[in-house]
Amino acid sequence: MTDMSITEKLQYYFALPIVRYALIVGLLVALCSSLLGVTLVLKRFSFIGDGLSHVAFGAMAVAIVVGMTNKMIIILPVTVLSAVLLLRTGQNTKIKGDAAVAMISVGALAIGYMLINMFSKSATVTGDVCSTLFGQLSILTLSKQDVWLCIALSAIVITVFVLFYNKIFAVTFDEDFSKATGIKANAYNLIIAVITALIIVLAMNLVGSLLISALIIFPALSAMRVFKSFRSVIICSAIISVFCALVGFIVSLLFSTPTGSTIVTANIAVFFIFCIISSLTKRS
Amino acid sequence: MGSQIVCSNVILGYEGNPVAENLNFTINSGNYLCILGENGSGKSTLIKALLGLKPQLSGEIKFCEGFSSKEIGYLPQQTPVQRDFPASVREIVQSGCLAKCGLRPFYNKQEKETAQKNMERLGISNLSKRCYRELSGGQQQRVLLARALCATRKMLLLDEPVTGLDPKAQIDLYELIASLNKEGITIIMVSHDINASVKYASHILHIGSKKQLFFGTINDYLNSKTGKLFLEAERGEQ
Repeated sequence: MTDMSITEKLQYYFALPIVRYALIVGLLVALCSSLLGVTLVLKRFSFIGDGLSHVAFGAMAVAIVVGMTNKMIIILPVTVLSAVLLLRTGQNTKIKGDAAVAMISVGALAIGYMLINMFSKSATVTGDVCSTLFGQLSILTLSKQDVWLCIALSAIVITVFVLFYNKIFAVTFDEDFSKATGIKANAYNLIIAVITALIIVLAMNLVGSLLISALIIFPALSAMRVFKSFRSVIICSAIISVFCALVGFIVSLLFSTPTGSTIVTANIAVFFIFCIISSLTKRS
Repeated sequence: MGSQIVCSNVILGYEGNPVAENLNFTINSGNYLCILGENGSGKSTLIKALLGLKPQLSGEIKFCEGFSSKEIGYLPQQTPVQRDFPASVREIVQSGCLAKCGLRPFYNKQEKETAQKNMERLGISNLSKRCYRELSGGQQQRVLLARALCATRKMLLLDEPVTGLDPKAQIDLYELIASLNKEGITIIMVSHDINASVKYASHILHIGSKKQLFFGTINDYLNSKTGKLFLEAERGEQ
């Protein structure tokens, strides 16, 4: 292996179906998460990615303990439900948005970890937890079925996003005005919540639950540094996200670094580059 | 000059606790109504009730002549989220047309033209590609006003529109609103600015703690006990 050139190495890896699957899933997840990232960051829900991924982790722990083969049956509905509850608490509830996110997030993480520890028959408890949190192994253990599920979910997310793009913009920019003119803002908030949950469940396979926030936040923040219209910010953040996922993935293959962390590192690098660009353009 | 909104014996409040009681007033087409009152007197609750966002506890808010709360163009107070929002002026103005789209996902030609016309009307068509967060306060209010005009041809409801603007921009905005009123658009404005209200309004609704203190034309207000007291107090402070 060490004698191979970089191209040979890549050719060797991409001949393996499992690597190709991982790449497809990775790029799709990156694309989907960046689309909604802009809205979530602007709605001051940057941490919802973190919160929901911990919920998904808790649900996964329950699925492992119960011994289900298809864990999605539990993970998807639980995460979607939590997303709906969290995004609804935004306006008029006793527990405010950030506190509610923190509460659900920490609670689900603790209970999930406790359940796995108490009931899991696997000898490598810490290894399991580590990989679900950081996603290092799971992306290379994807089955063909997982890939198809991922493609289907991403197709739904992207279609919904494009169809409701203008409404999502209006509801994000000014909820009161939208409601006053008769737009069903609550319904669109619900849609945003549901597709956020779908994206997070998707992203868990790639970067693991701890790093999902990064995938949601960084491309949006980078794009917002430089671009001035909502549409250009969204397009740019999608491009950044896919680009970073691709670069991070290849680098992680070549240097055997953990995939999720490498992708996030690429995103951080792009963020700093965009910060510099923005301060340069402001000066001139 | 038909009436557009008739409020009779309206009680507003939160969770059963009234904040404003026995509101009785009529808004006619072409009126310029200023709503005055201290903080906490229920002005913002009244706005929500007029817009149909929050039902009144009792009483009736009647919309006449096929007019509905959805046809009110609303200029809300700015939120912190909006101040650093990456959106172009055109995108924001167009979003005023969104309710007309229904389930159609994109704007049609007519809606884009409406947005363009309203930007020209308020003199901001040269800013259409600019980023909202980089504009001055006065320009931002014009953008939101253009958006409100996309949603209505009949009535504007403005929630303290000059807050945070410098004096020159305040006067410009007041003049702009007055000229829209001359074009036949009914104006409802919640205001702290008693001097401007007296100068521009045709009618005044004054809400005190928990009850309506005055409703009527501007001349009646200036001669009323409430009006005289309030004017004196305000001018005394300045």
